[in-house]
Amino acid sequence: MVPTHYYLILAAIIFSMGALGVLVRRNALIIFMCVEMMLNAVNLTLVALANQWGNLSGQVFVFIVMAVAAAEVAIGLAIVMAIVRHKDTINVEEINLLKW
Amino acid sequence: MTSADYLPILILILIAAPFAGIAILLPSVLGPKNPNRMKQEAIESGMIPFADARRRFPVQYYMVAVLFIIFDIEVIFLFPWAVSLNQLKIFGLIEMGVFLGILLIGYLYVWKKGAFEWE
Amino acid sequence: MSLPTLDFSLILPELVVLITALLVLIADLLWPRAASRGREQAPAVLALAGLILAGLLTLLAGEWSGATLQGMLVADALARYLNLVVLLAAALGLLLSWSYLPHFSTQRSEYYALYLLAVAGMLFLGKSIELITLFVSLEILSIALYVLTGFHRGQLAGGEAALKYFLLGAFSSGFLLYGAALFYAATGATRLADIAAQNAGGFYMLAGLALFLVGLGFKLAVAPFHMWAPDAYQGAPTPVTAFMSVGTKAAALVALFRVVQAAGSVPVGVWATALAFLSLLTMTLGNLAALRQSSLKRMLAYSSIAHAGYLLVGVVAGTAAGFDAVLFYLFAYAFMNIGAFAIASLLERPGFYAVQDAGIHAADGLFGRRPWLAVAMAMFMLSLAGIPPLAGFFGKLYLFAAAVESGWAWLAVAGVLNSVISAYYYLRVVVGMFMAEPSASAHLRLPLPASATLAVALTALGTLLFGLLATPWFQGISR
Repeated sequence: MVPTHYYLILAAIIFSMGALGVLVRRNALIIFMCVEMMLNAVNLTLVALANQWGNLSGQVFVFIVMAVAAAEVAIGLAIVMAIVRHKDTINVEEINLLKW
Repeated sequence: MTSADYLPILILILIAAPFAGIAILLPSVLGPKNPNRMKQEAIESGMIPFADARRRFPVQYYMVAVLFIIFDIEVIFLFPWAVSLNQLKIFGLIEMGVFLGILLIGYLYVWKKGAFEWE
Repeated sequence: MSLPTLDFSLILPELVVLITALLVLIADLLWPRAASRGREQAPAVLALAGLILAGLLTLLAGEWSGATLQGMLVADALARYLNLVVLLAAALGLLLSWSYLPHFSTQRSEYYALYLLAVAGMLFLGKSIELITLFVSLEILSIALYVLTGFHRGQLAGGEAALKYFLLGAFSSGFLLYGAALFYAATGATRLADIAAQNAGGFYMLAGLALFLVGLGFKLAVAPFHMWAPDAYQGAPTPVTAFMSVGTKAAALVALFRVVQAAGSVPVGVWATALAFLSLLTMTLGNLAALRQSSLKRMLAYSSIAHAGYLLVGVVAGTAAGFDAVLFYLFAYAFMNIGAFAIASLLERPGFYAVQDAGIHAADGLFGRRPWLAVAMAMFMLSLAGIPPLAGFFGKLYLFAAAVESGWAWLAVAGVLNSVISAYYYLRVVVGMFMAEPSASAHLRLPLPASATLAVALTALGTLLFGLLATPWFQGISR
């Protein structure tokens, strides 16, 4: 069986990649996808730990995170849509009416 | 009334037209020019035009996709519930009824708002 | 398998708010728009009634004690005071929305339903003693607020504010979640009480707490995680800004307090020192940036960041007295901050396509135009600056006293110095109102809707009474 800490290390790497992506990418949609990657890295962590601890809390947590992430997607896309209708761009550097 | 009576009007036109023409042309030749985006913007009864009015914008697909994501993901709560319904019995049934009832309100809301109509 | 016992009586106020939110949403379906004038305000009336009912239930609930819903939520004194602060802020913000919203939107049901959902999220956050409920509550309030921030769809600034708030908010949720996962890694538990009981030490616990602090720091607008706040606060409709600057802070602080208490195995010195430096950085950055703002609303946004720094002082102190001081300050802050935003909203010129922000000189000569409004604004400004005998002064006094008692004298000194800096920009507004001539662009007839006037009167009264009767109130809280 694959030891738990392999999963944890993998998840940590994915999480870091996501976080780095948020900081360096300039396209709002890609930033958003990076955030999703972070959330899913946490999901992987939680599932691996639920297996290790032998209780269900971790798995329940994952369900909830997935539902919340879906709600965030809906809202996030709506906000991006609203901006595109105004401005025809989703580059966060060009969205600079207020000081960023 | 003869045509000669119209002569003063003809003279007036002959004087006024060049005068008006000069008055319009002269400032545009002599006056300072610094056009900017704000000045060249179309005037829409005082409102700031924020987009090209002719741009096509297919919003229906987006609406359906988002609604699908939201209602689809709720199924993940049904699976564990279905597995453990034997033990939860009537309590589980009521709880799921409450959950689906809240979802139903959201569903009725988007329906009444016409979000499912493609056209 | 034993079935869970659910005691709903302990979360009655939250249920009332949630059900009201659903009712408000359906109200629009039952009474289609373009109905009579009275029905136009039906969602607002319903929402206000729900908030007041929830407030009464909180007040009349007798002694709250004990956990409910399988140890996921707790109804204790802390939660009760948080309920009162949030419901107060929500009701005041709703009064402002009443006359403000029709300027730019006809979607009243959506607005008030989202508003109530944000309130419900805050109330649940204050009662959460379990990581999953804590996360869900935080997301409920955040997602509702993302939408409310961009609710003014006619103007780009609203959408931009919403996008920034959303992207950074979702980013911070990721950190918070990872922190929660690491707590779970260290202890195998998600209830805060179980986590505390495990007394696990080591890397996971420390890293988990650090990530949790980052996540909550974003929500609290603590420097260096504050970059979203000025934009979101400036771009959002002013009533929403007023409400969320108080409500989110209050709820997130209670959550922070509970989590920090649960992570007992992490040495107090470690997290307290980290929080102390964050607090110092937050108040200094907030105040210095506020000095240079040209928009009244943005200045108040930075002032609100600075206040997050002051509030953290109470958490750093780590004692019961420290958090009592935080609760007192939150009450005072709800009154004076919402009052200030209320007057900023009256000075704006909202329109369907764009809101003309109130500039820093918008309040100039206000005394000549609307004397009572100027007096009220002066009270809010002086109270925010911490000048006796107003509520803000006593709030700071209790906070800094608690810090000194638990050995954080240098932080208290930094707080006092910061208050002195902040007095400059607050007093500038006051001087402008009484001394300066109205700016040329000031329209002479300042409209004064009844609901907003009521909000200003209530906040002014609160700012004054919380100052004059500070001692009995504080004793009431600490009892």
